[in-house]
Amino acid sequence: MMFELIGDWLQRPNYIAFVLLFLWGIYIMVTRYNLVKKLIGMYLMQTSVIFFLVTLSAKRDATVPILLSTTEAVQPEIYTNPLPHVLTLTAIVVGVATLGVSLALADAIYKKYGSLDEEEILKRLE
Amino acid sequence: MTYFVNITLLFLLVLTAASATFLVKELISSVIILGSYSFFLAIVWAWLGAVDVAFVEAVIGAGLATVLFLVTLFDTAPKDTRLRRPPPPLAGVIGLPLLGFLLLFVANDLPPFGDPASPAHVHISPVYLQQSYADTLTPNVVASVLMDYRAFDTLIETVVIFTAGIACALLLKESGS
Repeated sequence: MMFELIGDWLQRPNYIAFVLLFLWGIYIMVTRYNLVKKLIGMYLMQTSVIFFLVTLSAKRDATVPILLSTTEAVQPEIYTNPLPHVLTLTAIVVGVATLGVSLALADAIYKKYGSLDEEEILKRLE
Repeated sequence: MTYFVNITLLFLLVLTAASATFLVKELISSVIILGSYSFFLAIVWAWLGAVDVAFVEAVIGAGLATVLFLVTLFDTAPKDTRLRRPPPPLAGVIGLPLLGFLLLFVANDLPPFGDPASPAHVHISPVYLQQSYADTLTPNVVASVLMDYRAFDTLIETVVIFTAGIACALLLKESGS
């Protein structure tokens, strides 16, 4: 049972890397007190999910999804799956937009309370 | 051979992420290493055949996100960027390993890496690959899906970015006065 599980994992190294990066991002977000550090954790989480989607689109012995010939009939098995790529393009841009808003919020918090440290801010709020 | 290249790339990816969050002492170095992590992701994606995603990650992820982080750090005091490591809370010690165990336990429900017969590859994506040139006269299938089949999605995405820009401008303006 245990050996089967490890064999399953070795066939899916992308999933192992995704789980590591995802948990790492959450861990940084939960444990660190500095707001910018928390946002670095959030960025790691975003990229881990995008990483997972892109690796799902990979095919063995396949090339980039740009048609090699526009006159012959297309063989779909020689191109990687283009649909996850499109979804992740949108996700990257929206992710960075939300990151920009959260960084602007952190900046506004710093200007008002003079600190980026979570406990320090809570102390000054009282 | 390819498998070992694969494993090495993934290992390096996790290592850069590690150094961005654990190994360095200052936030500025952390942010710069996070930018290198983004570039590294771009290399991984070019290698996986996702060239458009690699371009976007190199420009938006490694470029713009790093610039935003750096601007925020330059705007705040450097003395506040020291590293403080409190003891982790109970949720971090018990909850996250449990979540990780559950995620890894269901690994065999997913298709193996690079499997050409996985459900994602045989359902609708061959139709897009076969018909996109006849429909849109664009050899790049990603571009034709993004700008033609899903054009409204892309249009509304620009609304999202516009809203984010307005939110940033209002936040920074209010804090400046």
